[in-house]
Amino acid sequence: MVDQFNDDFGDLEASFGPILYYNEIVIEHFTHPRNVGELDESETDGFGLVGDPFCGDQMKLWIAVGKDKITKIAFKSFGCPGAIATSSMLTALAEGKTIEEARRITDDDVIEALGGIPERKRHCSLLGVRALHAAIDDWERRRAGSADQP
Amino acid sequence: MIYLDHNATTPLHPRVFEAMLPYLRERWGNPSSPYRFGNQARAAVERSRRRIAECLSCSPTEILFCSSGTEADNLALRGVAHALGARGNHIVTTAIEHHAVLNTCKALESEGFRITYLPVNEDGIVQIETLASVLDDQTILVSVMHANNETGVIQPIKEIADIARKRGVLLHSDTVQTVGKLNVQLADLGVDLAPVSAHKIYGPKGIAALYVREGTPLAPVITGGAQEGGLRAGTENVAGIVGLAEAVALAVEHRETEGKRLAILRDRLEKGVRESIREVRINGARAPRVPNTSNMSFSGVDGESIVLGLDLCGICLSTGSACSTGDPEPSHVLMAMGINAREAQGSIRISLGRDTERDDIDATVQALAATVERLRAVSSIQGSTEPQ
Repeated sequence: MVDQFNDDFGDLEASFGPILYYNEIVIEHFTHPRNVGELDESETDGFGLVGDPFCGDQMKLWIAVGKDKITKIAFKSFGCPGAIATSSMLTALAEGKTIEEARRITDDDVIEALGGIPERKRHCSLLGVRALHAAIDDWERRRAGSADQP
Repeated sequence: MIYLDHNATTPLHPRVFEAMLPYLRERWGNPSSPYRFGNQARAAVERSRRRIAECLSCSPTEILFCSSGTEADNLALRGVAHALGARGNHIVTTAIEHHAVLNTCKALESEGFRITYLPVNEDGIVQIETLASVLDDQTILVSVMHANNETGVIQPIKEIADIARKRGVLLHSDTVQTVGKLNVQLADLGVDLAPVSAHKIYGPKGIAALYVREGTPLAPVITGGAQEGGLRAGTENVAGIVGLAEAVALAVEHRETEGKRLAILRDRLEKGVRESIREVRINGARAPRVPNTSNMSFSGVDGESIVLGLDLCGICLSTGSACSTGDPEPSHVLMAMGINAREAQGSIRISLGRDTERDDIDATVQALAATVERLRAVSSIQGSTEPQ
């Protein structure tokens, strides 16, 4: 069904007008998002909550960290298909990475991994990156906090 | 495919297609040509004009052809503004108009016109008391849509016309969504300017008419040849005009029976959705509405995500106006009704049409319930889990 209609688009992908065209990878991440859910408070090492001031989208992201690596990651997102797919891909990219590697993931990395996203949806991919940074910052704060304790 | 976006556009009715064919094949002459072959085309245009006038109870001389509902709205607003600009510079419209009107008003604002945007109440109805208070001696035009394209809510046009007439102010009403859905008798409605778009009523795209009450001052927007009394230059879209007339005739002929049928289906849809999905709000449900339109908000999910989810199930519906698809701003219509931005973001519009059957409604309710449930499981925004 989707293929049948997408054939008519060819390579036009959102080049004019308000066409909302998502490729197969984006649609797959939208229908089967990775790492959806919440981490239990007991296993959460970092949590980030960010909103997109541009469109009202929102994302919550949980990480568990072991030996400076993201061992578990989970998210919940409120937003358009672009927001859900980029959130999902971001968690897929960050899972198993070291904190330093995870910090270096950019919105462009997310878009590239998805094989592109409509121009007017590019801002969605920042949501996940910002949520991940917020969660890592939170992890660092928690770590500093526990180190202070005797 | 289940198509539930008839307020965006409709399929061509086979009878409309048949009526148009001769003017695409054999009778392709220019209506302005001085020989009989041209006269044949001219006759088709004038016959169509008469037919439309009869259907909408006005005079044929009051029907003017142009290319779209948007162009008709532009001609009405800019036409009156430019014809009466010396007399006054104030135009009154509403916060819930289609972009064809809103953005034209914005353009006129930059030309120096003063625009007042009337608010609506939570049911989406313009409060007529507010109209009388904003009219002043500079007001030249009031523009209030007959029914809203996103919610289907019907505006009190007759009452508005009474107020406008008493104050000697012209009234434009966007009737694009009501011809074929309501009994639009133009002379009776009390409006001075009103558009009809073919593709909303099973006619072709690219053709529309503007009703201009006899004696209404109007300046052209498109200048050139003497077509349409000099008010709309350009060779007539003959096949389109014939198609428009056929579509208007069909719309008026089937309005009552089809309206009743669609209202039953729409009510079935809303009942089904309320029963199978928690935390849903039907926008404008308490107001009088055209029978085919339903606008719903689902808390905690985004409208565009619902649209894609249903698209993947082979069901076509939209978040609001097709003219604002992809716009990150939530619907200006719902926001004007006092619905908060996040809830407006979770809204969809379902508009039924002549091809809609009961099975389509039931399949849509099922797909909607499954999609909303799936999206809520992903959503970071949780409403109350209490069943309603």
